[in-house]
Amino acid sequence: MATLSKPISDSARPRLPRVNRWKKSETWLFYLCISPWLIGFLIWTAGPMIYSFYLGLTSWDLFTAPRWVGLDNYKDIFTDNPDFWQSMKVTATYSFVSVPLSLVGALAIALLLNSKVRGIAFFRTIFYLPSVLPAIAVAVLWIWVFNPQYGILNLLLGLIGISGPSWLGDPHWALTALIFMSLWSLGGSMIIYLAGLKGISSTLYEAAELDGANKVQQLFRITIPQLTPTIFFNLILSIIGSFQVFTQAYAMTKGGPQQSTLFYMYYLFDMAFIKFRMGYASALAWILFAIILVFTLLVIRSSSLWVYYESETK
Amino acid sequence: MATQDVVEQKAVVIPRRGYMPRSKSARDLFGKIIAYTLLTLGSILILIPVFWMVSSALKPNSQIFLFPPQWIPNPIQWDNFVTAMTSLPFGTYFQNTMIIEVGSIVGTVLSCSVVAYGFARLNAPGRNFWFVVLLSTMMLPGVVTMIPVYLIFRQLGWVNTFLPLIVPNFFGSAFFIFLLRQFFMTIPRDFEEAARIDGANTWQVLTRIMLPLSKPALATVTIFTFMGVWNDFMGPLIYLNKPETYTLALGLNFFKGQYVSQWNLLMAASLVMMLPLVLLFFVAQKAFIEGITLTGVKG
Repeated sequence: MATLSKPISDSARPRLPRVNRWKKSETWLFYLCISPWLIGFLIWTAGPMIYSFYLGLTSWDLFTAPRWVGLDNYKDIFTDNPDFWQSMKVTATYSFVSVPLSLVGALAIALLLNSKVRGIAFFRTIFYLPSVLPAIAVAVLWIWVFNPQYGILNLLLGLIGISGPSWLGDPHWALTALIFMSLWSLGGSMIIYLAGLKGISSTLYEAAELDGANKVQQLFRITIPQLTPTIFFNLILSIIGSFQVFTQAYAMTKGGPQQSTLFYMYYLFDMAFIKFRMGYASALAWILFAIILVFTLLVIRSSSLWVYYESETK
Repeated sequence: MATQDVVEQKAVVIPRRGYMPRSKSARDLFGKIIAYTLLTLGSILILIPVFWMVSSALKPNSQIFLFPPQWIPNPIQWDNFVTAMTSLPFGTYFQNTMIIEVGSIVGTVLSCSVVAYGFARLNAPGRNFWFVVLLSTMMLPGVVTMIPVYLIFRQLGWVNTFLPLIVPNFFGSAFFIFLLRQFFMTIPRDFEEAARIDGANTWQVLTRIMLPLSKPALATVTIFTFMGVWNDFMGPLIYLNKPETYTLALGLNFFKGQYVSQWNLLMAASLVMMLPLVLLFFVAQKAFIEGITLTGVKG
């Protein structure tokens, strides 16, 4: 892309001694242009990351001075903290169930929406809409949907003779309910798939048709391989997102009942902004960061095995 | 289109490996019926909660707890919206939200377009390095910086003001910089070159050439920023602790705590909060989808 749009006139332009100076001033101009982001990067990202790592090695309640404790926070978290392990279990369960489900679900819907039938724009709107809605309003809506006596979910289940559990009130079902709810708004990844599908060259399908490949073969031999970069992109985004679930846990269940929805982010928020244990919470933040980093790198590393990039073969 | 027809005709002429030309249209029809059925079923599943919310929002509270449920409210109680909106100072919450909206949008558009221009057009040593840094910050989970950034704002005495939610936007956001940069790259350089020959400086090139040509991308940035601020829950939750500084998101959460089991009012309030985004989505659907196409996938 960059090479394509490189100006032809660069070489055509007569070489003046001024060119060198322009080059220098262009460098200067580049850094001037990106300076808002660069400064922002230093004060809102790089600096805080270092500071946060330091804080993780202290004990600090905001009211007295931070006290250096070395690796004690980490030691305590890993060896003496059932809440941490519970929150890990909840978050991991949520990720391992909801990420594959939403990836496959969104792909299936995108494939359906990619078929050339009339009224597709209407269906696309319906499927995408839930994912633009405010999480808090969606949370309030679903509390009502999950209401054990009067919520629509149990009313509908009642119609087919199932007496539904009390969902958010039942430690065995609360997490399932939140996973179920997350599937309602998979429109975000769906629309990314749809864009990816539109990018697949129709000549591939024409060639396949000539060779007598049926639709199923086309799906597995063309569509999915061609779509792997998009799947890869969605996978990374959903992993990062699923580890940071917060609003649902805060607004719908407060981590309960019996800690069955104690999401990591909720636990961390509670430590930092309710209990004001800033050092401890910073250590928790770094652990989560490390976990997300490991998963992201694993996905990236594995990508050469399963992600197909057109440019590599040419 | 024309080439496709030719190819399809050819396919009929040269059938291979059990390829049955006669059944093709039948199979297509069958596939269409299946697609429609699945899409309709899915849409119904998606819409049931929405229907349930609208229906609840229009019922008198006495009908909320009827069994079997009354699907279509009778009488329709429009008053619920008025009651819901006046039982808490939602006007103030709306005003607060809009202050943050305006500040964030102005900050984001200004900073991101300048930075994106730098990355798209200016050559300098280190450009690729910083671009990779920019892209990797997109994947950085906010959680690592959350606490120190809070401490910075606390030190500045900005807690319980809107500044922590507005000011960072003036320093650009990786996603929008990337989006705008991608868009800028598609603008032919000739326009710019012509302007430069006429003596325009970089600022003029940016404001008179690039930005007017980038209206669709800027619309996407504006809409996404608007949506981000409108939907943000954790940010206000951390920085705004006084009820008079609440945004709509916090207000709705507060309302939920105050009006437990007044489901008609809660649904009315949620609906009011969703409505602007639904309208925005219908008006600007193209900008939404184009924005995603521009950044999401590189074919």
